[in-house]
Amino acid sequence: MNEIFAGLIEAVRLIAGGDSELFEIIALSLRVSGIALLISTASGAPIGVALGLTRTRAHGLITALLYTGMGLPPVVVGLFVYLMLSRSGPLGWLGWLFTPNAMIVAQTIIAWPLVTGLTMTAVRAVDPALRVQVRALGATMLQELWAVVCEARIGVVAAIVAAFGGIISEVGAVMLVGGNIAGKTRVLTTAIVLNTRQGEFTLAIALGIILLALTFAANVVLLRLQGNR
Amino acid sequence: MVGKVAQCVYSPIYRLDALRQVYAGRVVLDIDRLEVRPGEILALVGPSGAGKSTLLRLLNFLEAPAGGTITFLGQTIADGRAPLPLRRQVTTVFQRPVLQQATVRDNIGYGLRLRGQPTDGVVEQMIARVGLTALACQPARGLSGGEIQRVALARALVIRPTVLLLDEPTANLDPYNVGLIEEIIRSHNAEHGTTIVLVTHNVFQARRLAHRAGLLLAGRLVELADAETFFTAPADPRTAAFVRGDMIY
Ligand SMILES: Nc1ncnc2c1ncn2[C@@H]1O[C@H](COP(=O)(O)OP(=O)(O)O)[C@@H](O)[C@H]1O
Ligand SMILES: [Mg+2]
Repeated sequence: MNEIFAGLIEAVRLIAGGDSELFEIIALSLRVSGIALLISTASGAPIGVALGLTRTRAHGLITALLYTGMGLPPVVVGLFVYLMLSRSGPLGWLGWLFTPNAMIVAQTIIAWPLVTGLTMTAVRAVDPALRVQVRALGATMLQELWAVVCEARIGVVAAIVAAFGGIISEVGAVMLVGGNIAGKTRVLTTAIVLNTRQGEFTLAIALGIILLALTFAANVVLLRLQGNR
Repeated sequence: MVGKVAQCVYSPIYRLDALRQVYAGRVVLDIDRLEVRPGEILALVGPSGAGKSTLLRLLNFLEAPAGGTITFLGQTIADGRAPLPLRRQVTTVFQRPVLQQATVRDNIGYGLRLRGQPTDGVVEQMIARVGLTALACQPARGLSGGEIQRVALARALVIRPTVLLLDEPTANLDPYNVGLIEEIIRSHNAEHGTTIVLVTHNVFQARRLAHRAGLLLAGRLVELADAETFFTAPADPRTAAFVRGDMIY
């Protein structure tokens, strides 16, 4: 009990003192998850919008696939990316295994269905009468589609925030494909695992506080958006 | 020659010829001939399911008719696809208007922004006209029924349409809002000469507003006459029954 309390105080001191190892880990976490989120959003949100706007016969299948993708266990994604990027794998020539690039790939695969699926759901949830309404007000087809997207904007932002919360706290995939190499591929979650195992509770707790703060911030944003609906 | 000239004292805003609409194999609208005159308030009354809303959707070019043509401002359209500049001269206030997730002010300015026209000044004027100045910065989603309907009316009027279509614009509203909305409709028509087609099952409202009135029954136009004749001395017994309020439907 004493140890935890001491660790907590020491953790606060580390954060306040700007410990360089700590901030290196934070920076890498934000970079990896940030880039993965950027890629997923840039490619997933437009596709989600398109899927939300169209009524295809394959709708049921697409939805089922996306929802399955949203529930993919990160460690399985990690295994898949590992196999693809390993020296004998089809993408082994890239030399990305145990680099931040591999972690970005894995987290992109985890975040993409979340962004795409939740965006699609948000767009589908818009009152279909809105399209007729704006057309009656003189909207062109493009303006009409844009009006639907604007109406779904809160849901789209919520999708992006949810995906961020998912990948920043994910440990299985980054551990497998990044390897948790100090100063190279060590992120918040993998550092917590390692330091806890080694009994280095101070750093583990400090990292835990940061991670908690980040996911808490993401959830606050999410809840406020949903409250604003 | 003289007779021909006399027939052309005005050119109609709309002319419908053999306009039909069919849903799921059922004919819901079948209008042989109907002209809407510039600057008039034309009220079409009829029971629920008569095809009133369907007619307005066709007049706003929101769907293609099953048959027939609509000649709008001299241009004959058969497929429901009016060119944009033409389509933008008509708008509808629906029975249940959809407002956007935005402030009252932004909702009212929407049609102008679509057209790339300036919103300042005119929008504020219109907000004041419908008595919503105090709510201008409020999000539209918290409004009451009467306020929503006034936003929808303001949003339509501010674009200065040639034709305004009103679909039961005061159904389920309190007397204060009904009075306010009717007064705005009447004065806008008088000031700007906006042609208005009002559909309603409320005979009293039609009587208060209309210059001409017609009865729509099961998709057919039973009778069309000037308001005085329509409400006091209709030719068709069904019109008489509907106006008296003892039509069974
Ligand atoms: N999209 C639709 N599909 C099938 N039937 C419809 C549709 N819209 C309206 N109808 C039917 O067409 C008829 C006319 O409807 P409507 O124009 O809404 O009448 P009103 O506005 O006079 O009450 C009704 O019988 C209604 O059930
Ligand atoms: Mg109706």
